[in-house]
Amino acid sequence: MSAHVVAVKTYLGIFIALLVLTGLTTGAAFIDFGDLHTGIPLLRVIPLNTVVALAIAVVKMLLVILFFMHVKYSSGLTKIVVMAGFLFLAILVSFTLADELTRGWSPEAGAWNTALPTILPLLHGLF
Amino acid sequence: MSTTVIPELPGQEIPAESRVNYLNASYGVKSWLLTTDHKRIALLYLGSITLMFFVGGFFAVLMRLHLIEPQGALVAPETYNKLFTMHGVIMVFFFLVPSIPATLGNFLVPMMIGARDLAFPRLNLLSWYIYVIGACFTLYAVISGGVDTGWTFYTPYSSTFSHTSVVPTALGVFITGFSSILTGLNFVVTIHKMRAPGLTWFRLPLFIWAMYATSIIFILGTPVIAITIFLLGLERLLHIGIFDPAIGGDPILFQHMFWFYSHPAVYIMILPGMGVMSELITCFSRKRIFGYTFVAFSSLAIAIISFLVWGHHMFVTGQSIYAGLIFSVLSFLVAIPSAVKVFNWTATLYKGSISYDAPMLYALGFIGLFTMGGLTGLFLASLATDVHLNGTYFIVAHFHYIMVGGAVMAYLGGIHFWWPKITGRMYPDGWARFAALVIFVGFNLTFFPQFVLGYLGMPRRYAVYPGEFQVLNVMSSAGASILGIGYLIPLIYLLWSIRYGPIAGPNPWGAKGLEWETPSPPPTENFEEIPLVTEDAYNYANVGGSRG
Amino acid sequence: MADMAVHPAHPPGFKHQFEDMEQQRDADSLGMWVFLVTEVMFFGGLFATYIIYRALYLPAFETGSRLLNVKFGAVNTAVLIGSSLTMALAIHAAQAGKKKSEQVMYLVLTMILGAVFLFLKFAFEWRADYNEHLVPGFHFIIRPEWGAAGPHVPMFFCFYFFMTGLHALHMIIGFGILSTLTVMAHRGRFNSEYYAPLEVSGLYWHFVDIVWIFLFPLLYLIGGRFAMPGVH
Repeated sequence: MSAHVVAVKTYLGIFIALLVLTGLTTGAAFIDFGDLHTGIPLLRVIPLNTVVALAIAVVKMLLVILFFMHVKYSSGLTKIVVMAGFLFLAILVSFTLADELTRGWSPEAGAWNTALPTILPLLHGLF
Repeated sequence: MSTTVIPELPGQEIPAESRVNYLNASYGVKSWLLTTDHKRIALLYLGSITLMFFVGGFFAVLMRLHLIEPQGALVAPETYNKLFTMHGVIMVFFFLVPSIPATLGNFLVPMMIGARDLAFPRLNLLSWYIYVIGACFTLYAVISGGVDTGWTFYTPYSSTFSHTSVVPTALGVFITGFSSILTGLNFVVTIHKMRAPGLTWFRLPLFIWAMYATSIIFILGTPVIAITIFLLGLERLLHIGIFDPAIGGDPILFQHMFWFYSHPAVYIMILPGMGVMSELITCFSRKRIFGYTFVAFSSLAIAIISFLVWGHHMFVTGQSIYAGLIFSVLSFLVAIPSAVKVFNWTATLYKGSISYDAPMLYALGFIGLFTMGGLTGLFLASLATDVHLNGTYFIVAHFHYIMVGGAVMAYLGGIHFWWPKITGRMYPDGWARFAALVIFVGFNLTFFPQFVLGYLGMPRRYAVYPGEFQVLNVMSSAGASILGIGYLIPLIYLLWSIRYGPIAGPNPWGAKGLEWETPSPPPTENFEEIPLVTEDAYNYANVGGSRG
Repeated sequence: MADMAVHPAHPPGFKHQFEDMEQQRDADSLGMWVFLVTEVMFFGGLFATYIIYRALYLPAFETGSRLLNVKFGAVNTAVLIGSSLTMALAIHAAQAGKKKSEQVMYLVLTMILGAVFLFLKFAFEWRADYNEHLVPGFHFIIRPEWGAAGPHVPMFFCFYFFMTGLHALHMIIGFGILSTLTVMAHRGRFNSEYYAPLEVSGLYWHFVDIVWIFLFPLLYLIGGRFAMPGVH
């Protein structure tokens, strides 16, 4: 536990910042930021509204964690514990999404899946 | 708390009964049910867990009796479904998951690190009460008609179609999950903050590293199954829910959420046993552990990688093959730290001064049986062979080799090893070794035929089977009866020894470790003075082969 | 007892399994953080399934999201952020050795703001949803204007009620904690030496705030509101 006493001014400043960000994110919901088109599989179309909303949420969360919850003034162990929680949540989401979003994929012929079926009968012949 | 100080003159051995220890510091039911002493709480857990073990074992006995005949010898198929479900639910959630952490862990963690108790003793007691309440819900489900979904509760059968006591069972599991979470929380904080002066991380007994790694899994994994069961219960009660295909729900998503915990859970079940192993092997070879750092980090590696492999339970249920590829590769990876441990234990045995006391017999059994179970896991991690072996008795044999041949053997080995410390009494050595051998023989006779049955194609969770499998099934059932007797023998002599066993001194095995530097049984506050630690763990080089 | 001679009178609130107050404070704080990690995974499981179904049924989830009342959502967000501020100020009051009446005032304010949040949610939002037949399992009506996305809209509302319901449950538990703290503060238990229960409960309350900081955009704001003119 930090013996560090955070100034009331700091708390008020963070509070104002959080309110401003809330207003911003609410307003941003009514503006169309469009989509970002990338060539990355599973991320071909990135909806920017979602990115903006989540980015603002992450900033708000960081302000609460660092200042209201005093993590900025806490030991490295506390920081690792906080990060661990989010890391494993990310694992749950990403690996499950990896399944759900690739169920519809059908294998296309490529070097990685045609080389072996070609080579195996030849190897059979050797033995 | 009593503050009587009994003067101990040199050369005079004070009998255990007249020394104040945690067992006789206070009397009466209230002093046990309202205790905050981690040692008493460990015994409360020991009692409840042993009870649940025999309830779960009873279902196993009924199953094996039923399977003597191809058309089923004992019960109707619907009842058989309930038997394997309840056997699984009780053994997994109410025996294996809490077994070593809640009994040996609770008892030993503070003692091994030189602390007076865990960080949060009242939370520890609460965790036991939560376990008991959860167990009551599940036992209620058992007597109110049972549950037949399999311990894996797959949807949509469990959420929509089953007419059995799913909600009480699920509620029992949900509640007991919080017991594990609190235990894990307690251990992590205790190990971080309450180590004795001089006890750096790399001087800790490997049992503590194992408990720490297990606690990480408790903390990160259990809440996910809690929310999954919560959603399953809501779906069953409200008839609207998120695994219902009628509104677009995906039953496979249930499996993802379920196995996200349940795979790491199997490491919850084995890691503590591995911790016990490091203690037993070193003591009974009178040698330092080979590769301390490797064993310590392998515990952490197992805990972390265990969260990356859960999809290997879902290769044939409809998961995408691309996800399957990722999970398969990672499953091979998770075998490596386990193998590292087996190599290190074996290297520790090499040129050690080995004695074959009962705990060591269990430890040696563990090495062989865990290795077999682990290697057979590799066949299951391979996508192609898993297609053939999934859903067969091969899987049943694989996990029983690890859970029973591994975890239960380690649990029994640990119970025997620390029994004199816990009770102040020794058990009869001859009976103990005999029981260990009976268990070993019975176990292999029960489960080795199941590898063959699985390979030949006999499906699991079936109440009937083709006639050509009968011989192997009868062998397995015969083994089960021997195994059952093997488990009853220690129950009898351990209870007997509490009253009639010879009094044990502080360190009957001549073992290294802070817990052995206290009287047996220890006083409530564990240590008169908090010790100062100056040497590494397992510093056996100085002991000249004689046992104190 | 042997350790009584070594350690002279311990401050009130000292627990004897610890060696000193500093160890106790460190342990209490780490304990609450570890508990919050379990809560991250608990809520996280719900967030994970929400994210997955949103990816699979985007039109239905956007439709559902647009049916939520952004005004109430935004006001509630501000209310909760305010309650986090008052909670931080309550801890600060104890830390800085202020009078107990100031500690009590901030704790009571925190509870009032929390109550406002729940009142707005239950009395306005949830009641309106029930009246508009948007509660799955309670006469949910699929509206024709939802088109092809219609059959999956109940799924969105399942999540809306599960997630905000679980959050509300945590707030109610928080009330219990805050009431206990208020009584303790009123009895003068907290000062600049001993305020661990406040600090630790503050962590819990801030966590509940953070959950809402994510719930608000994920449920209310990413439904393509710009596409529907004049929507509330």
